[in-house]
Amino acid sequence: MEKKKPSARSPKARKPRGPVKKYAYDLRLYVAGQTPRAVKALENLERICKEHLSGQYRLVVIDLLKAPKLARGDQIVAVPTLVRKLPTPVRRIIGDLSDTERVLIGLDLRER
Amino acid sequence: MLKSRSARPKPPGIRKSPTGIRGLDEITMGGLPRGRTTLVCGGPGCGKTLLAVEYIARGILEYGEPGVFISFEESTEELTDNVSSLGFDLRGLSRRGLLAMDQVRIEKSEIEETGEYDLEGLFVRIGSLIDQVKAKRVALDTIESLFAGLSNDAIVRAELRRLFHWLKAKGVTSIVTAERGEGTLTRNGLEEYVSDCVILLDHRVENQIATRRVRIVKYRGSMHQPNEYPTMIGSHGLSVMPLSSLGLDYPVSKVRVSTGIKRLDSMLGGRGYIRGSSILVSGSAGTGKTSFAAAFADRVCRSRQKCLYLSFEESPAQLIRNMSSVGFDLQHWVDKRLLQFRSQRVSAFGLENHLVNLQSWVDEFSPFAVVIDPTTGLSQEGESSEILAMLTRIVDLLKSRGITAFFTSLSKGGPGWETSEVSISSLMDTWLHLRNIEFQGERARGLVVVKSRGMAHSNQVKEFLLSDTGVELCDPYIGAGEVLMGSAREAQEAKEKEQAIEEMQAFEQHQNETQAQRRSLEARIDVMRLRLKSLTGEMKASLSREELKQSRLSQERSRMRVARKAE
Repeated sequence: MEKKKPSARSPKARKPRGPVKKYAYDLRLYVAGQTPRAVKALENLERICKEHLSGQYRLVVIDLLKAPKLARGDQIVAVPTLVRKLPTPVRRIIGDLSDTERVLIGLDLRER
Repeated sequence: MLKSRSARPKPPGIRKSPTGIRGLDEITMGGLPRGRTTLVCGGPGCGKTLLAVEYIARGILEYGEPGVFISFEESTEELTDNVSSLGFDLRGLSRRGLLAMDQVRIEKSEIEETGEYDLEGLFVRIGSLIDQVKAKRVALDTIESLFAGLSNDAIVRAELRRLFHWLKAKGVTSIVTAERGEGTLTRNGLEEYVSDCVILLDHRVENQIATRRVRIVKYRGSMHQPNEYPTMIGSHGLSVMPLSSLGLDYPVSKVRVSTGIKRLDSMLGGRGYIRGSSILVSGSAGTGKTSFAAAFADRVCRSRQKCLYLSFEESPAQLIRNMSSVGFDLQHWVDKRLLQFRSQRVSAFGLENHLVNLQSWVDEFSPFAVVIDPTTGLSQEGESSEILAMLTRIVDLLKSRGITAFFTSLSKGGPGWETSEVSISSLMDTWLHLRNIEFQGERARGLVVVKSRGMAHSNQVKEFLLSDTGVELCDPYIGAGEVLMGSAREAQEAKEKEQAIEEMQAFEQHQNETQAQRRSLEARIDVMRLRLKSLTGEMKASLSREELKQSRLSQERSRMRVARKAE
């Protein structure tokens, strides 16, 4: 399992630069500050990934308060938003990710 | 209405952020409420986006206020291309750092919602753009897409309410567009959150002609014009026609403008129309209305003033050709740029488009006089009440600028002509009516001054002739209890002329005869004088002979006495 703790780093460093190692799942979690909801979302996500995507994913957490310009590229409106960049097509899951079933559906790990 | 306008800049009132859109600032009495959010709602294609873009672009260009444009529908590239045809270079403004644009795209099919969320992401994006250009103005077009993209209405509503508060706190003036709903202003009831100012745009099709209108539904803390106003998207963007707000306070002039027809000037108090007044020439088909218009246009150009000629029936080339046949060389005025023709089919646009076009032409050309030939062409469009409203606006527009307006109007003819123009006649200061008068099997053209405010004018029906030297007025034959026109008048005049000649000849003859008599009398007097003279001479001679004889006799007698030696 690979995970990058994001918040302290500069936005550039957080951007995945080319596939050093190809992960099946490239995930980004956008939050706006360390709100309880953001913390909850990250906890939920880590739990789900551990259970279902062990070793196959990379997760980058992006704090929009520190890097507001990044919201544009992934069309972030709501927070928290989880963006599945890979595999394509891009999927967005918004909310605190408390509904595991829906998250799995959103990540195409469950039949719709 | 006017008083409220002059009361606009009162200090305690709310501050305004002018839109720069022609007319809109007038009906909002200065613009949108500064530092607050304005809702612009309307159906599809009624110009909401354009209004928002113009507010931002004009804010930058005309008021030096940087802006942010957030599009929820079109991509920024599409939007930039769409408005570039209206003269707004959004790319250039972005490059100069005065404008920040972004597209917020929410694709529902890509989104799964799980649990609680908020729209802080949107706030962050807007906030960073505001900070980037130090924006004073923000447009969100169409924010309702959020409702379509996100399924939790309650969250969206709460967040929108927060967004508007947040924008207010940021100190920016914002404009939010929303789609009109069934029976409500907006589909999602946004008007509940945006309560400072609501502008409704409308796009109706009546008689196959689309008409745009705008109305200020609500403007908290400010006076505003309550009516619906025609709106148009022209080559310079959106414009609103608030002209009915002008009221009746235009400056008046005493300066006169020649009609271009000498005798007509004298019918109108000797000096023609009043400058800045509105003139109507009505008449049935073929009475020469256009010739009167051309005479006026020609006269205006002759005095080195500019004239704008709107033709709804003839193309400029045709008009110039036709008018050259009655002696008006309009082409060389066109060449000298004193005369400008604008021809268009009435049906080409809706009524308000004609109005807006007229306004922009007047702005560009700033003519001394405007000819509209004919106004009746407009009645193909819309209801008669609309035409009246439109003509009122035209008259107001031109009068407020001191432009003399010359209208022609095709009337039905017949005995009802006076009532047929009743509606527009009240707008007109001078009304000339041209009539075909059928008389003894021919038609003559008659002219009557129905009214002419502010001057003494002739009451007589004049006959006029269209010749290759222009329009010529002549007195009808009035005498022996009848009025004659046309060739009957000519015949009558010829007859009278003949009579006069005869009388003159008789007089001359009589004069000659008397002269001759006098001369013969004088001759006789001369003869008698001569005879008298000779008689006198004769008398003198006989007298002297007699005296001689007497003296001789006395001499003889004395000699005899001496001879007889008497005593």
